[in-house]
Amino acid sequence: MKKLLTMSVLGLAIAAASSAQARDYDHVRIGVDVPYEPMEYRTADGELTGFDIDLGNALCDRIGVTCEWVEQEWDGIIPGLLSRNYDAIMSSMTINDERRQQVLFSDPYITMPSAWFAPSTLDITEANEETLAGKTIGVQRGTLQDNFVTDNFNSIASISRYSTADDMVLDMQAQRLDIVFLDFPIGQSTLLNNEDTDYVVVGEQVSEPKEYFGDGFGIAFRQRDEALAERFNDALAELQDDGTYDEIFARYFGEE
Amino acid sequence: MRGYKNVTTSALGGSEMLDISAWFNDLLAGNLIFTPTTLGYYWEGLVTTSQLVFLSLLAGLVLAVPLAIMRSSKRKWISLPVYFYTYVFRGTPLLIQLYIIYYGVVFIDGIQQTFLWPILREAFYPALIAFTLNTAAYTTEIFRGAIKATAKGEIEAARAYGMSQSLMMRRIILPSAFRRALPAYGNEVIFMLHASAIASVVTLMDLTGAARFVYARFYAPFEAFLFVAAIYLCLTFAILYFFRFLEKKLLAHLRPQNT
Repeated sequence: MKKLLTMSVLGLAIAAASSAQARDYDHVRIGVDVPYEPMEYRTADGELTGFDIDLGNALCDRIGVTCEWVEQEWDGIIPGLLSRNYDAIMSSMTINDERRQQVLFSDPYITMPSAWFAPSTLDITEANEETLAGKTIGVQRGTLQDNFVTDNFNSIASISRYSTADDMVLDMQAQRLDIVFLDFPIGQSTLLNNEDTDYVVVGEQVSEPKEYFGDGFGIAFRQRDEALAERFNDALAELQDDGTYDEIFARYFGEE
Repeated sequence: MRGYKNVTTSALGGSEMLDISAWFNDLLAGNLIFTPTTLGYYWEGLVTTSQLVFLSLLAGLVLAVPLAIMRSSKRKWISLPVYFYTYVFRGTPLLIQLYIIYYGVVFIDGIQQTFLWPILREAFYPALIAFTLNTAAYTTEIFRGAIKATAKGEIEAARAYGMSQSLMMRRIILPSAFRRALPAYGNEVIFMLHASAIASVVTLMDLTGAARFVYARFYAPFEAFLFVAAIYLCLTFAILYFFRFLEKKLLAHLRPQNT
């Protein structure tokens, strides 16, 4: 009975949603989970900045639309897109099959491995079932790192899930966590540059298996907004050709 | 939603285990969200929530009795500090108190080296401390009100018998005050259960934490939160009936007699 009710409510919602025409946008609201340094964060005077923000603004300029950034915590970021709180997500979101069922992705605009970070005192050289046994692992809730750790180490280690990467880093510094698993550049800028404690990367950077770690970061749209995704893809290709992309990249990750 | 049956089956066990787990897997077949794994999270969450709420209420109750007596004292230097405590804890959101206790303590220099750290390191104990202090503040005020409302005649009668202040408190005031406080205290217990939903912000896998996990993993807000809401409802009804039973027993003398 409950199921029936839920289904019919969902059915109504879907019918209502699909009857709305895919429209031409001149104002695009983009959902973003802040902070996630250096991809998206606030400067000391409160201004929103980061690689995603700069690239997103450049893309909007190129397309000729105005952009508005809407902040949303990570674990609700896809539902927020589907319920039309914003029209796109540009927030270090990895493209994978699980998410493809919910949203439409642009071409990948950057690829980024994940990595394990721990204080040097933990003294392990590789993260596996043996070395992680009994440890407390920190992840951000609902990320692919969360999925990977949950599926592989749930039985041997305890997993702490955080709403924001900031809270996790804070608990890492408070010594509540033994090791954290997150996107490499985020850990690099928040933990490796830390002055008080010596943090190290444990083992190699991780980008396999693809089932979890996907195909790089993409901008997510609602499934029916194919035209909008196409405009972003074209603009991305143009920015990559004319050097604007490289300039933004160098701003946050240095020359490579 | 077929996963609803979980709570009852988990209570069983023993020799029928194999049979039941086969039946259970059958029941869940084809259900992507309510797998044995996610139901395990909900079960874990139910245990955490129950422990957290029960222990904090128990500790809060034990703290609240002496505090309420102090709070209703005529001597200002006894009642004022307690008033200050209840004022602060009732005047600020529980979420803020939890943040301060969980994230705040780590900024005390050298806390990691003290004997307190093994306790404060786990998310469970900071949450327990915050909840206990919060519910103790509310319960203190509930009891104080009940103590204040003691009938004048009872106190005068006790004095006439030559009872000392403490004997009067023990034999006359507190027993009737507890009875009077019962309905209000039952509300406080239910509020505490619902307030415990914020425990997941400090990484605790309570009922809400389990729901948020399922929500974030499967992007299924309806299923994740409706299911957990149903569990909260069941818990609330259990508490409600427990207090209704207590009131029937303990407040029997206040009901009009039929004959």
